[in-house]
Amino acid sequence: MDKLKLIIKREFLAKVKNKSFIVMTVLSPLLMVGLMMLIIFLNQKNSEEVRTVAFVDESNLLASVFTDSNSTKYIDLTALGIEEARKQTEGHYYGVLYIPKSDSLVNLSKGIAFYSEDTPSLNLLSSIENKLEKKIRNLKIEQLHFDVDKIKATETTVQIETENFIGEKSSKIGSVLRMVTGGGFGYLIFMFIIIYGTSVMRSVIEEKTSRIIEIIISSVKPFQLMLGKILGNALAGVLQFIIWMISAGLLLFAITYIFGIEAASSGSAMGQMNPEMIQQVQSSSASELQLALQEIKNLPILTMFFSFIIYFIGGYLIYSSIYAAIGAAVDSETDTQQFMMPVLMPLIIAIYVGFSVIENPHGPIALGFSLFPLTSPIVMLMRIPFGVPWWQILTSMLLLIITFIAIVWFAAKIYRVGILMYGKKPTYKELYKWLKY
Amino acid sequence: MNTILTVENVCKNYGNFTALNNVSISVPKGSVFGLLGPNGAGKTSLIRIINQITLQDSGNIFLDGEPLKPQHVHQIGYLPEERGLYKSMKVGEQALYLAQLKGLSKSDAKKKLKYWFEKFEISDWWDKKIQELSKGMAQKVQFIVTVMHAPKLLIFDEPFSGFDPINANLIKDEILKLRDDGASIIFSTHRMESVEELCDYIALINKSNKILDGKLSEIKQEFKTNQFEVGLISTEKEQLLNKLNEHYKTEKSVNPQLDDELRLIVTLNNGDTSKDLIRFLNNKAQLNHFTEIIPSANDIFLKAVANNG
Repeated sequence: MDKLKLIIKREFLAKVKNKSFIVMTVLSPLLMVGLMMLIIFLNQKNSEEVRTVAFVDESNLLASVFTDSNSTKYIDLTALGIEEARKQTEGHYYGVLYIPKSDSLVNLSKGIAFYSEDTPSLNLLSSIENKLEKKIRNLKIEQLHFDVDKIKATETTVQIETENFIGEKSSKIGSVLRMVTGGGFGYLIFMFIIIYGTSVMRSVIEEKTSRIIEIIISSVKPFQLMLGKILGNALAGVLQFIIWMISAGLLLFAITYIFGIEAASSGSAMGQMNPEMIQQVQSSSASELQLALQEIKNLPILTMFFSFIIYFIGGYLIYSSIYAAIGAAVDSETDTQQFMMPVLMPLIIAIYVGFSVIENPHGPIALGFSLFPLTSPIVMLMRIPFGVPWWQILTSMLLLIITFIAIVWFAAKIYRVGILMYGKKPTYKELYKWLKY
Repeated sequence: MNTILTVENVCKNYGNFTALNNVSISVPKGSVFGLLGPNGAGKTSLIRIINQITLQDSGNIFLDGEPLKPQHVHQIGYLPEERGLYKSMKVGEQALYLAQLKGLSKSDAKKKLKYWFEKFEISDWWDKKIQELSKGMAQKVQFIVTVMHAPKLLIFDEPFSGFDPINANLIKDEILKLRDDGASIIFSTHRMESVEELCDYIALINKSNKILDGKLSEIKQEFKTNQFEVGLISTEKEQLLNKLNEHYKTEKSVNPQLDDELRLIVTLNNGDTSKDLIRFLNNKAQLNHFTEIIPSANDIFLKAVANNG
């Protein structure tokens, strides 16, 4: 036990004292915050820019829809005719919208064109299309001698309130919340396994190539060394993640506090919506917010927390022992490729399945992959926020633990033979033989 | 109890390959025991089993009379043939780490390391990383790491590779000193001249089988071919040689001879003793040189391996 502690300590310190670890730990939060600031900055710049759009309305029916907004101004160049307007626009305005003369309202929507220097922004186009559609529709209604107001009165917005059988309310925001928390946890495990699994593998290869391995295992059991390595690296990883969380949190807090970006950016986001949307959001936001808060309370937080811990430990141990075995089987990192693919495969599949799980958290695919132990740490965590029956969680965990024991046993066997083998790149057949040594 | 290590009928297979077939050796206390054999004979397999790096398929091993147990690793020091140290770790740090893995407490390890570092005059390397040291320097650290916990049994696999002659001598003296202080040493090598210099006992392994073992001096007796190198002063060498050839099998010696000297290697006839030969030669000519040819370790090695097929 003492020796295991010694090994863990050495592995931890070797990892933590490594320059690249220090750089990564310090730089990553700065980079992350920097990137966020850049995005916010660019967004702000984008929304500050005012576009001027010219239009030529030969039908003389639609000019009234072009009212200036924060980001777009309209200029009526109908008097110039489209040829002249195009010349005038070039180099001065964002683009020119051409609405041709039409004999009837039915044909009015045809032949409308937008000329601009670059490909116009999709947002702008759809906003103009929206306006025109609405106007033409109203014109048509009028032509049919219907009362526009009365027809407007028939428009209805339906918002389905969902509630489960126990009486807990849920909402779309709620499912987004579930997606984000479940997906976040799953993704965290995915990243951790890949980063620190690889780091375990490197450390095994380093011991092999520096030829210290035989000296060490004349003092400790290979299994102790492997376990110590896996745990030491995991501790370094947990430390790194904690540092990242804290520093990113602090930095974000400091930045929002100093620059007040949050207020500014939410203001500009509002600015981009059209008035109706704002109204809708405002009317629904109060109740939605309440619901969302309710949702957070309704999340199975305790279950999520404990299952995160279990799946995190189980998943990491399974994969990192496979990584350790791979490291032991090869002589250098370039030889690892043929073994890496089968390891990465289930992880990547798990992430992809995760997306479909969010669509249909209780379907057969979701169930299958959340029970299969090589994908369950990721997929089950993504499912849990949506509510998973206890028997499924327990079965999945049981399978995970059984697999964990089996894989660690196999990996340890390959490891203890592999670390003393030099020279040739092993095949799967040979690895199978090693199991019997 | 005067054997430190007893290996009884140990077998080890890797798949279909037999690495060790019923090998038994016993290493007397306080001796240097040479474990010899061609490449791939099974020496390293045996050494790894003694170090409990791998397990034997069958057979028993006793250290100082007790069946080999995991905690015995503290009483064994092992310098493998494939050796190295953590490249980016400081010399002192990793020596401490390895000492602690061998069961020393931290303070104890520090004390012992200080002694050895001063002895080898390398105290100022403590904070250097291995990658800053030359290969020979790293080998010194490696040697210290092997012996610092004062084990009962030391196993050196090709200990002199990587050392220049001066440092090889230093290490050789240290090995002998360790033996005189009571440690027993297993010494595996291909370099036969160091076997002559160091070993009291040897065992020869070839193709997974032990083909020879025992005290080196006794083995030499056993491998004597009853040949003598003789020098005879005579003016009529041809005649003398013909006369000798009538009674004995002779061949020319490779050693230089004096001008009027006939230097020959003479094989005794069955049943004859050296006395008979001396008497015979004395009657024929003036005998000025007479030595028995004792086989070198190298000769024994080659002969035993050749006989084993």
